[in-house]
Amino acid sequence: MTADTTDTPMVHADRVSKSFGSNRVLKSISLTVKRGEVLCLVGPSGSGKSTFLRCINHLERVDAGRLTVDGVLVGYEERGDKLYELHPKEAARQRRDIGMVFQRFNLFPHMTALENIVEAPIRVKGVKKADAVARARELLARVGLAEKADAYPAHLSGGQQQRVAIARALAMDPKLMLFDEPTSALDPELVGEVLDVMKTLAESGMTMIVVTHEMGFAREVADSLVFMDGGVVVESGDPVEVLGNPQHKRTQAFLSKVL
Amino acid sequence: MTRETVLPAGDEPEPIKAIRLKHPGRIVFAVILVAALAIFVIDAAQRPAYGWDNFAKFVFDKRISQAAGFTLLLTIYSMLIAIVLGITLAVMRLSDNPVVKSVAWLYLWIFRGTPVYVQLVFWGLITTIYQTIDIGIPFTQPWISIESKGFIDVFWLAVIGLALNEAAYMAEIVRAGILSVDQGQEEASTALGMSWIQTMRRVIIPQAMRIIIPPTGNEVISMLKTTSLVTAVPFSFDLYGRARDISVEIYDPIPLLLVASAWYLAFTSVLMVGQYFLEKRFSRGVGQARPEKKGGTPTETVPIVTAPATVVDRGEEEKR
Repeated sequence: MTADTTDTPMVHADRVSKSFGSNRVLKSISLTVKRGEVLCLVGPSGSGKSTFLRCINHLERVDAGRLTVDGVLVGYEERGDKLYELHPKEAARQRRDIGMVFQRFNLFPHMTALENIVEAPIRVKGVKKADAVARARELLARVGLAEKADAYPAHLSGGQQQRVAIARALAMDPKLMLFDEPTSALDPELVGEVLDVMKTLAESGMTMIVVTHEMGFAREVADSLVFMDGGVVVESGDPVEVLGNPQHKRTQAFLSKVL
Repeated sequence: MTRETVLPAGDEPEPIKAIRLKHPGRIVFAVILVAALAIFVIDAAQRPAYGWDNFAKFVFDKRISQAAGFTLLLTIYSMLIAIVLGITLAVMRLSDNPVVKSVAWLYLWIFRGTPVYVQLVFWGLITTIYQTIDIGIPFTQPWISIESKGFIDVFWLAVIGLALNEAAYMAEIVRAGILSVDQGQEEASTALGMSWIQTMRRVIIPQAMRIIIPPTGNEVISMLKTTSLVTAVPFSFDLYGRARDISVEIYDPIPLLLVASAWYLAFTSVLMVGQYFLEKRFSRGVGQARPEKKGGTPTETVPIVTAPATVVDRGEEEKR
């Protein structure tokens, strides 16, 4: 199934649309993310960025258009000329390879940092406990929290929680990482530590899609930037160019407020 | 350049020494209450109708302590079944599967909609209603036919009756607990590729436990007392049934009511202590344990009023 040719884009959206009732949240979104690329999605709240991100790992169902991850259609299977809804088991299998980091961390509060990280590898992938623990410690060290393995989320700062959440996602060895406003719920002084981890991750060649309001991060790390508003892609391109010299009025208005 | 973050020595403010606020009303009220209680106790000790000699004679009677054992067994067995069944029903009600959902709804409708006493009488009559247990194709000659009388004894009928009724209530408690868990938790585990059942078992239900435990403790205590209704089955070896039997023998009901009450009270007291420790266990990872109010007994249950406030209707959430 998996087309492993390097020129297959990691994410390819072709006129993706999504409505909640009569509210059209995504209107014909088309974009491509290449392997190893970092894409930043920016735009005002309610512009559909988060919804689009959630469509990529099928937390939301796409109503129209096509969305593929690594060449494989998300949430549906194509047989002949018909689309079949995926069985939840298959959808779960697709999600395994896509890591997601949430605005509010969503760590499991009844588990320690280490338990949070080993949970999915053990339960979902059937990794041996000892191996999972060793890998989790390695990941915790990578996000600079080696000594916090046995701490419960409630005893960690927001920035530390988000770094554990990143380690938890990485423990599944994803080929794609989605970040849904990962620093928006953090105290300003804690934003840096999370962005640093993300930057290192980007440098290691991970394919990432980041919904963010951190324009500095977008400029520095992103390979491309997409500005969304009202459910459409208004402008996209090289982040330095889009941020420095926005062509569209709406982009200009938005950037004048956030920069 | 002069950023003073440390107070200069000798500039420590003096601690406040104020005269404590007095509460004369409390003292007066307490004195009146203690006096009233003393009068009641002294009077009760002398009143012949309470039959304290019979109370002393029967409170540790072998029949009574055996009956207490049966009451405990009824409580434990029926609560265990009710909790397992209740969790199952709650998960069924929250499932996406409309068939499973309706089954759970129907169950709740019937078992919550009829009195437990009536249900117990029904269970007592079950061997009359279904005199044989047939195995085979319906409406044809059965392959095997077993006499239902003697198949199940009344003790287990009582357990089934209590458990099935209680399960309906437990299901609602569990459901409230599950709904109180942040939606993000389910999303996070789904995003990690965990199945719905794994998500429920490993992530949602352990967190829901914190909300579920206090009302479940109340249900256990309530169940302990509801066992006195098993006389409807009729099963009469429980605490209340035995106490009544003895009182008929000795023509003196009141001391045996006191005997039964004393045993029930002793059991509920022990349960309240157990509940306290369970609550502590399941509040793991939720910051510090709640500060116990000074003077409060450790058995005070945390009001569950907080639960509905955090309950978010998942249907609403989906509309975002």
